[in-house]
Amino acid sequence: MSEKKAPVAPRSADAESVGGVERTQFQMILSRFLRHRAAMVSLVVLFVVVAAAFLGPFVWRWDHTVHLEIPPSVPPNADHPLGTTTAGHDVLGQLMRGAQQTLKVAFTVSIVGTVVGSLWGATAGYYGGRVDGLMMRVVDVFMIVPLLVMVAAISGNVRGGTTWYAVALIISFFAWAQIARVVRGVVLSLREQEFVEAARAAGASPGWIIVRHLLPNAAGPIIVAATLLIAVAILLEAGMSFLQFGIQSPDISLGQMIGDARTAASTRPWLFYPPGVLLVVVCLTINFIGDGLRDALDPRQSMVRR
Amino acid sequence: MTTTDHMSNEETASPGTGDVVLEVSDLSVTFPSDDGPLPAVREVSYVLRRGEALGIVGESGSGKSVTSMAVMGLLPKNARVEGSAKVLGQEIVGLKDEQISKVRGNRIAMIFQDPLTSLNPVYTVGYQIAEAVLAHRKVGKKAATARALELLELVDIPNPEQRLKQYPHELSGGMRQRVVIAIAMANEPDVIIADEPTTALDVTVQAQVLGALESARKETGAALVLITHDLGVVAGHVDRIGVMYGGRIVEMGPVEDVFYQPRMPYALGLLGSLPRLDEDRSERLTPILGTPPSLLSLPGGCAFAPRCPMARDLCHEQEPRLLATDGNGERVSVQVGDTDTHTSACHFSDELENAQPTDLFRGTAVEADTTEAAEEQAEQAEQALAEVDGTSGGAAGGSGREAVLTVRELVKHFPIRSKGLLKRRVGEVQAVSGISLDLYEHETLALVGESGCGKSTTARLMLQLIRQTSGEVHYRGQPLHSMSPRQLRPLRRDLQLVFQDPFASLDPRMTVADIVAEPLRIHGQGNGTARKRVRELLELVGLNSEHGARYPHEFSGGQRQRIGIARALALNPKVLILDEPVSALDVSIQAGVINLLEDLQDDLGLSYLFVSHDLSVVKHIADRVAVMYLGKIVETGTAEDLFRAPAHPYTQALISAIPLPDPVKERTRERIVVTGDVPSPANPPSGCRFRTRCPKFADELSENERVKCVEEPPELVDRGAGHPDACHYSRAVELF
Repeated sequence: MSEKKAPVAPRSADAESVGGVERTQFQMILSRFLRHRAAMVSLVVLFVVVAAAFLGPFVWRWDHTVHLEIPPSVPPNADHPLGTTTAGHDVLGQLMRGAQQTLKVAFTVSIVGTVVGSLWGATAGYYGGRVDGLMMRVVDVFMIVPLLVMVAAISGNVRGGTTWYAVALIISFFAWAQIARVVRGVVLSLREQEFVEAARAAGASPGWIIVRHLLPNAAGPIIVAATLLIAVAILLEAGMSFLQFGIQSPDISLGQMIGDARTAASTRPWLFYPPGVLLVVVCLTINFIGDGLRDALDPRQSMVRR
Repeated sequence: MTTTDHMSNEETASPGTGDVVLEVSDLSVTFPSDDGPLPAVREVSYVLRRGEALGIVGESGSGKSVTSMAVMGLLPKNARVEGSAKVLGQEIVGLKDEQISKVRGNRIAMIFQDPLTSLNPVYTVGYQIAEAVLAHRKVGKKAATARALELLELVDIPNPEQRLKQYPHELSGGMRQRVVIAIAMANEPDVIIADEPTTALDVTVQAQVLGALESARKETGAALVLITHDLGVVAGHVDRIGVMYGGRIVEMGPVEDVFYQPRMPYALGLLGSLPRLDEDRSERLTPILGTPPSLLSLPGGCAFAPRCPMARDLCHEQEPRLLATDGNGERVSVQVGDTDTHTSACHFSDELENAQPTDLFRGTAVEADTTEAAEEQAEQAEQALAEVDGTSGGAAGGSGREAVLTVRELVKHFPIRSKGLLKRRVGEVQAVSGISLDLYEHETLALVGESGCGKSTTARLMLQLIRQTSGEVHYRGQPLHSMSPRQLRPLRRDLQLVFQDPFASLDPRMTVADIVAEPLRIHGQGNGTARKRVRELLELVGLNSEHGARYPHEFSGGQRQRIGIARALALNPKVLILDEPVSALDVSIQAGVINLLEDLQDDLGLSYLFVSHDLSVVKHIADRVAVMYLGKIVETGTAEDLFRAPAHPYTQALISAIPLPDPVKERTRERIVVTGDVPSPANPPSGCRFRTRCPKFADELSENERVKCVEEPPELVDRGAGHPDACHYSRAVELF
């Protein structure tokens, strides 16, 4: 929308658009996203994984707990497509439950972290000056603490710290800081825009301006950051569980499965690879979707790609 | 200099035109876009003779810049270029980049709009000029530097030896643009293409730069293509002119012919929509209806037909060609090489003989898609007005001269802080230094000055969007300057702001209805009443009330500015502060917005504080004018007085620097030229702040008289001119 950019889109191109010929902003973004092949494939894969994780347990006859009927340490076969563990778990059942728990944690972190981080960052960016300085120093503190160590230390010492929602909340408590930084940066430039001044001239309060003007206009970067935060949360949760701090047995998560099977990678590969591969796939798809969203929301970056 | 085989090429291309340096024929440029091919330039043809100056005028998106980029071979790779462009007989279209490079910068040079981005910030000015010399000539470094020095002298840069070693950021905008001109002149090109070379500059600097361009051109004998949207700039500096619209040249001919006897309704409309410094205020502007066509969906016939008041069936069916009109009113075709003939692309150009803009574009107060819709909308607007009047308590009564907004000794200093952790205060920018103003009921007070003079800061101080360093602002006796934000909030209803940039001032994520309704919601009005009011307001500013559901990006600049005005009017304000409300708009659109503002003032009894750098617009709209220079008011008075007989040397220089859209007047008028650039407001000169650039100080005053200018800041008092000015030795001069 800048005035003197490339001659590719003269300003008058949208002059007569009041006739209704042109597509809305949303349709433009959508069509650009649909054209991003990696993101589209990723979206489909992620959808299948999510559906399997949440609906699978209702269909599949084994859950993630130990059953006496299950023969121990059997490689994949017709009854147990992904084999069984020494203790008598069905690996497919575990995998679905584990993915479910991991995804629940990841989505919760993404939502909580984004809400808190956006508000914090927008407030800091809007007020600027000393308020900004103080609020961003707090963010710095959260950014420099070694996340995994802090999260592990807290969840191990809090009662109920090993349920999925507690784990999610603990991760969110540390993960919002990145979002705050992104949002503050965007808001710093947005608040100089004339439409913000127009709202101030009309008598709008800071809260009104932040919620009505700044956050909606920062939506693009926020959505991208939120998407990428999902991937961060998945890896963090897996790391915690691998170290035996996160979700505890009898419940299960992907990280915990990998941790349990870490000595069996070569002897009983069916225990190690399914959760490992799934973890990598989910993180990759989310990163691709994040890329696709960023390109769709910020067309200047996608010019090179095509 | 030119290779002979190229010369012979040229002979065969257009016989008998040996002095043609640039020949463009049937040039078309198409860009691929998400919504299909975008024809930016369509079948443009023109020739340029040695030493000649050709002006290309057009509004944004008319294809004038793209044409020149194509000639320079500077278009992005995805652009499809057809037709031919020959420089000294050598075909440019279709050449490989390295082949074009041999021509570019050597035989043909370009001057861009923004001198900041066209110079490389990490090299010295001298290096960059020498580089241009070395690129095309086999000379030593020493010779190149000597040539650089020579070039800087050619474009009137003071202390050229010193400038050679400076970096672009150490030079002012006008200086930088002169360096760019020097680079363009480096190899004595045959053609210079200047794309809006002065648009980013202030008027007094613009005059200097155009002068430098002129003299440099005389020296080298280069031909010039001057691309601009400013009819005034073109009038004084070119021999021939081409008017572009919708990617085509629609009128072309000697500059006097086009200005005095336009043969295309568009050119006529442009001239009529231009507020003029040399005419009386009483005349209403005659804007062109509608908006320029989208290049994606050009109308079938003449591109201008949807906006043309004399369009007939033929115009909508058949695209007119660029033809001349002979003595009998017949349209005849002309050789491209025939440069003296006045041609136009209008089926009915013969009917335009001696036509005036007012004859054609009558009563075009509202912007509408078609002429018929205009009348309908005018009626709607009137009805809406009647309704609004009821709620706002009617127009201003005849109680006369009551000051609504008063400003006393207003001062605003912005601190300059050191970098690093401590952020110590190392100085201050004196943006506003002691300004007193009175804004009366139902009047327009214009605040005029060049960029950086503090006029926008003053406007924001008056609204208390920023807080003053010292001084007072009263609104109807209430001290705004000492109120808390909470106390101010109810008063904000009465004081509203309209912004310069209609693209930045509307939140792109909100619908138009939400934008206009926002002030109402902030002040706690319910959804139902707000919705009704939004419809009223949109009609009031000449928009369709159904447009409320759309987003700002779907509107053109003029329409957006109307939305901004509707938002400002939502709370029935008493005072509107207009910060350069029309300077971002195209001429044909600008006139419509000016008319709207005038109507609204008459009907709603508003007081306007009109901040602008454009004296022509100010003369047209203002009752009183205050001229600002470096944070101080240097002269104030009624618009009539001030423009008739300005007393302060700065006002005189400002007025005489405005280019007039009239070739004869523009070439013959007396000029008062200021030299140099505006000093930094962080360190203003002692005494009179204008003395460093003052022609009177430099040429007329004796040593003894100058002492007073240096030591004593002049007061703003009436010194016999009939209105106050701030010059110790002021003398009213009639400029027109």
